[in-house]
Amino acid sequence: MSTRTRRRNSALIHLLALVVSLCVLLPFVYTVLASVTPQRVLISTPLRWIPDHLDWSRYDQIFRGGAESVGATFRAAMVNSLIVAVGTVFISLLVGVLGAYAFARLRFRLRRFLLIFFLVTYMLPQIAMLVPLYLMLNSVGLLDSKTGLIIVDCALVVPFVLWILSNYFTSIPEELEEAALIDGTNRVGALFRVVLPAARPGLIAGMIFAFLLAWDEFMFALIFTSSDNAKTLPVAISEFAGRYTTDFGLVAAGGVLAALPPIVVAVIFQRFIVSGMASGAVKG
Amino acid sequence: MSVAIARKRGKRDPQGSLAFWLLLPAGVVVFGVIIYPIVRTFIVSFFRVNSALATDTPFVGLHNYLSVLQNAMFWQSMGRTLYFTVVSTALELVFGMVVAGLLNARLRARWLFRAIIVIPWAVPTIVNAAMWKGIFNAQYGALNAALTQLGIIQQYHSWLGTPWSAMNAIIVADVWKTTPLVAFFLLAGLTTIPGELYEAAMIDRASWARIFRSIVLPLLVPSISIVLVLRTVEAFKVFDIVYAMTRGGPANGTQTIAFFAYSTAFSDQNFGVGSALSYLIVIVILALTFTYLRLLRRSEMSLL
Repeated sequence: MSTRTRRRNSALIHLLALVVSLCVLLPFVYTVLASVTPQRVLISTPLRWIPDHLDWSRYDQIFRGGAESVGATFRAAMVNSLIVAVGTVFISLLVGVLGAYAFARLRFRLRRFLLIFFLVTYMLPQIAMLVPLYLMLNSVGLLDSKTGLIIVDCALVVPFVLWILSNYFTSIPEELEEAALIDGTNRVGALFRVVLPAARPGLIAGMIFAFLLAWDEFMFALIFTSSDNAKTLPVAISEFAGRYTTDFGLVAAGGVLAALPPIVVAVIFQRFIVSGMASGAVKG
Repeated sequence: MSVAIARKRGKRDPQGSLAFWLLLPAGVVVFGVIIYPIVRTFIVSFFRVNSALATDTPFVGLHNYLSVLQNAMFWQSMGRTLYFTVVSTALELVFGMVVAGLLNARLRARWLFRAIIVIPWAVPTIVNAAMWKGIFNAQYGALNAALTQLGIIQQYHSWLGTPWSAMNAIIVADVWKTTPLVAFFLLAGLTTIPGELYEAAMIDRASWARIFRSIVLPLLVPSISIVLVLRTVEAFKVFDIVYAMTRGGPANGTQTIAFFAYSTAFSDQNFGVGSALSYLIVIVILALTFTYLRLLRRSEMSLL
């Protein structure tokens, strides 16, 4: 290819990347802007896109509102979401690592069947489990509790983690462990000392997926929580989007804050998303 | 399973016992939670249960299933769900392919592009729904403002006000959020295609379209299949974004099958029929999944 066509192609690719970036960013930037635009500017027609002064009152309301206010509910939901997400990530990664290693390295009967069995649960709609789960949680006193949410969220997240991790483990050369096994380390020792350090990208990818799934979970939280004790951010936001239908600025401010933790996690670790899946996508 | 059985199994199956202990925690965490609900919902689907505290719950056999299958609302929501699934999955695949190509291309500030692309995926579904609800708002929405100021429309539209445009609005919101994930899956496949293949094709002066059709697409089949399975299943179960953007309205125009099941069980307190509906969803999803799995096996899935 001549230098000229190459340069032209490169320019086209950069132009396309710019267009795509704008499509991705504009809706979110509008939301961020709306959260600091005074209400009267926000509902003006024709809309003035850039406000003449920034209005931080919604953030003030969220961070400093007293008890019984939107702010108090939102802050409680933020803490609940963090605890539920971190708890879910921790448990599902722990049990996921052990199970994924078995699927990736050991030969045993029913292996294929069990793997499919785990993966099929990911296909089940949450709605099919809602009522009996409600009764179950109620009978053990875990309704409206963070522990209850962590337990049900783990059931959703573990199959996905198993899938990502077992794919990644399969991509690690077996010779690495064989050396350790010959040196007298047992399988579990080899898993923790040899496989896990080599599987860092896969582990981080699994962690990101687990965190985003748990942070995003809505239906269980909607039905199983009822107070600030366990209500997570998606439920809180959905509630105040229903209550303050005319105050888009407030909903936007809450939304931006709720989106911040997962965005930070995803942006910081984004290079692991692809490298963690790299083998996964190919090997299924 | 007792230790004795595990040991006995271990003799014939040397790694079986270790596999059993390694898989036990995951098994407890997943199946300990879902087995009972799945079985119970199945049973309830054969009874008439008209309130959460109902004591008189007669066995009605297949009546719940038959009444659902004869209900026009069911077929309408099935149709909407299919429309949503096919259109959103198709758009996400096409846009995802473009974005994956860009992520794989030689870009200046590639890290910045990647960091931007990952953002929609990280935005929680409910926040995404609230955001697009604001953008599509009939009185002050950004879309109305932008289109009027560009002179494309004369008057503000109520985008979420009619069934058809509300459904498409939900699809736009879903495509915005999910395309990045699809792109990352496809990119993971793209990075495994050896660079020499492109170079050879370029020496042969193959066109871009030709390279895409003869090299990229065939080698991406495994990644595309996985994305298809994941997205079809997720789209078929869609609930959160519908709940947060339109609550199934206007005039039930965005009521998808999962939303229909939800409102039958919770708003109408008709748990028997709601359970039957859930199981019909399960059946459709399993049918889809197994069809896909067969296709996948043909495309060299080493793990399955």
